[in-house]
Amino acid sequence: MLQKDLLGIKEISVEDITLILETAAGFKDVLGRDIKKVPTLRGKTAVNLFFEPSTRTRTSFELAAIRLSTDVINFSVPTSSVVKGESLIDTALTVQALGADFIILRHPSAGVPHLLARKLRASVINAGDGANEHPTQALLDAFTIQEKKGGIEGLDIAIVGDIMHSRVAKSNIYSLTKLGAKIRLIGPPTLIPEEMKEIGVGVFHTMEKGLKDVDVVMMLRIQMERQGKGFFPSTEEYSKNWGLTPERLSLAKDDAIVMHPGPMNRGIEIASEIADGPQSVILEQVTNGLAVRMAVMYLLAGVKR
Amino acid sequence: MHILIEKGHIIDPSQGIDGIGNILIEDGKIKEVYIQSKEQKAKSKSSPPQPSPSMEEGLPPADRIINAKGMFVIPGLIDMHVHLREPGFEYKETIKTGTAAAIRGGFTTVCCMPNTFPVNDNASVTEFIIRKSLEGLCTVLPIGAITKGQKGEELVEMGTMKDEGCIAFSDDGLPVMNSLMMRRALEYSKAFNLPIISHCEDLTLSEDGVMSEGLLSMTLGLRGIPAEAEQIMVFRDILLAELTQGKLHIAHVSTKGSVKLIRDAKKRGVNVTAETCPHYFSLTEDAVKNYDTNAKVNPPLRTNKDIEAIKEGLKDGTIDVIATDHAPHHRDEKLKEFDLAPSGISGLETALGLSMRLVDEGVITINQLIEKMSVNPSRILGLCSPPSFFITGPKGTFAKGADADVAIIDTKKEFRVEASKFFSKGKNTPFDGWMLKGAPAITISKGRIYEWK
Repeated sequence: MLQKDLLGIKEISVEDITLILETAAGFKDVLGRDIKKVPTLRGKTAVNLFFEPSTRTRTSFELAAIRLSTDVINFSVPTSSVVKGESLIDTALTVQALGADFIILRHPSAGVPHLLARKLRASVINAGDGANEHPTQALLDAFTIQEKKGGIEGLDIAIVGDIMHSRVAKSNIYSLTKLGAKIRLIGPPTLIPEEMKEIGVGVFHTMEKGLKDVDVVMMLRIQMERQGKGFFPSTEEYSKNWGLTPERLSLAKDDAIVMHPGPMNRGIEIASEIADGPQSVILEQVTNGLAVRMAVMYLLAGVKR
Repeated sequence: MHILIEKGHIIDPSQGIDGIGNILIEDGKIKEVYIQSKEQKAKSKSSPPQPSPSMEEGLPPADRIINAKGMFVIPGLIDMHVHLREPGFEYKETIKTGTAAAIRGGFTTVCCMPNTFPVNDNASVTEFIIRKSLEGLCTVLPIGAITKGQKGEELVEMGTMKDEGCIAFSDDGLPVMNSLMMRRALEYSKAFNLPIISHCEDLTLSEDGVMSEGLLSMTLGLRGIPAEAEQIMVFRDILLAELTQGKLHIAHVSTKGSVKLIRDAKKRGVNVTAETCPHYFSLTEDAVKNYDTNAKVNPPLRTNKDIEAIKEGLKDGTIDVIATDHAPHHRDEKLKEFDLAPSGISGLETALGLSMRLVDEGVITINQLIEKMSVNPSRILGLCSPPSFFITGPKGTFAKGADADVAIIDTKKEFRVEASKFFSKGKNTPFDGWMLKGAPAITISKGRIYEWK
C-alpha cells in the first residue's frame, strides 16, 4: 500500500511498483495524444524543492505536473551544502505554508526526504537524496525495460560504474531485484561496496566478464570529482577499463538494450556510436520519465490521509 | 551537620564493603560506616534487617536521618567523560545544568572535556571552569587539551594546568594524528602523573563518515566509518604507551577489535585503561535506520558482535570504566540533515539505568558496576589521594574522611526515560521512552541532599 510519500523503492512493495508502472502506461497513452493534458489534478500545487542543481529531473517533474493540470513552482535553493540562514525544516514548512500538496525534493544529504516527510502534511516525493535513492528514475527505467523486453523477471541486467555514490544504481538494484531480474554490478572495486554481495547481486570488476550475455546494460554517469580522490586515478584509465565500447557491447545479447540516466559523458563512460546507436533507449527513458512521474503524483494524491 | 543513612545495602568495592548497615556523615565527610551483617543481604527480603543496638551506640544525634531500607547505598558515581559546553556553548549546556543532570543520574563528580570555546588549553580557561564549578551541584574536574587549540601541533602547559585543576589531558574529538606529538604527550605527562585520554579515530580513514560502515550504511546511502578507523589508533596509542611507559586511557571503546587490542595490551603489562559508554552496549547501528540524528554519535553505534565483545570486556575487566560521553546539543542542531547534525548523546540521566541492565542480564555484578562507575575512575584519575587543592577529599570510596559523595539507588523501581524532563539542556537521546530500572532516589554531593520520589 502506497503511503503519502514516495521516499524510496526500499519502502514500497512489488505490488506498489507494478501499480505505478501500470498507471504510467495509461499516462503514456495520454502523452501520445494531440491534447497532452488531463484535468486529473486540477487545483493541486506541486513545488520543486531542489537543493542540488538539476535540469532534467526538475523539468520532467515540472512538465508532469503541468500535464496533470497541477500548478507547479520551482523553489531552487542556492547550491551550498549548508543552507545559510534558514534551516531545512523552516524552508520546507514555508513551502508547505504556501499551499503545496506535493513537495518534490532533491537534496545532497541522504535521509532528508524521510526527515521532511515526518514533519510535513504534503506528499514528499524523493527526487534524489545523497547516495541513497532516486526512486522515480528506477521506476522509469523499469518501465522502459518492461516496454522493450516485455517483462523484467529473469532478465540479466548489468549496471556499470560508480555504484557506491549512485542513488540511481541503488534504486534500480532494489526495484529490478524486486521485479525478479538478476543484477550484475560492474566497476572498479573502489566504487562497488563489498556489502553489495550480501544483497544477492553479482559483482564484476571487468567489463569482459560482466557483460557476457546480458539483456540490459545500464551505464552510470562517472563524476569527474571522484578522480584524484583515490577512487580511480584518471578518467582516461576509467574509460579504458570500464567505458562501454562497441566491442564490449557485442559481448551482451544481440538484442540487448543500453540505458543511461543522463547527462552522459560521451567518450568516457559511453562511446558516442552506442549512445546514438540502435540499441540505445536513452531518449525513450526521458519520455517515459514524464509518464511515470505523472503516475506517482496521481497515485499519491489518491492516498487517504 | 550530621547525616545518618540507615538500613541501606552499602556497597563500597574500594574497601570490600558489601552489607546492610548505616553511614554517618559529618560536615560533608564520611565519618563512619557500620555494617550490621554481610549475610543479612541474602535474606533481607524475607526478614528485613533491624539495626542492632550496637549500631546505635556512640552515635551523635543526626540532623537528618535517611532511611535507605531496600536500597543500595554506593559511592557517588564519577563520570570521567562529559561535555559541559561552558565556556562558549552555553546554549547547549552550562556547568550548572550539566551538574544538575549529573546529580539526577547519581553522579557526584564529572570530568569535562576541553572542546569549549575557548578550548581549555591554558591555565586561565581551567581556572574559569574551576571557578564556575563552584556554582555546580557536583564536583567538576577539568580535562585539559593535549595540544593548543586541539590542533595537534604544540603541547599545552600541562604542569601549570595541573596546578590550576586539570586531572587529565585529551584532544577528544580532534585526536592527535601526528604520532610523534602523541609520543611526546605520553612522555611529558609522566612528569605530572596524569593520564592522556585518547579518542581513537584515524581521521584520514573515517573521513566524512557519519555512521558505522557496512550493509546498513550502504543501504541508507550514508557514508560509513569502518571499525578499523578506531582500531588503528587504539593500536598506535597502545604501542606508544608501551614505548614511553606513559599513562594511557582509551575513551569510548566501540568495537570488538578494540576490546581485543586492549585485552592483549593489558596482558603484556602495558599501562593502559579503557572506558566504554552505555550506548555502545545498549544500541546497534539499527538505531539510525530512520535517519534518527539522536542516534548519531562518534564513534558510531556498531553491531551486535561489537556489543557482545564490549560486554565481555566489561566482564573480564578489559574495560575499566563506564563513562557517558555526555554530549548535549541544541534541538535545532539535531533537527537537521543526518550528514550535518552534530554527533552526541545526552547521557548523564540514563547511564545508570542502562548500566543496571547489565547487572540484570548477569553480565556484571553490582559491585563491578560500582567499580566501573566510581572506584576505577577515581583510581585512574588519582582521586583517591587528591592531587590538587580543588579536590576536597578522596572520591569513589566510603573510607573515613572521604568526601560524602553518595548515591542511594532504588534498583526495583522502574522509570520511563522522558527526554523533555531532563535536567540537562540537551534532550538529544535515542533512549526516550525506554523503561529502565535503578534511578537514584537520593544523591548527596557537596554536603547537600537531593532527593526524588
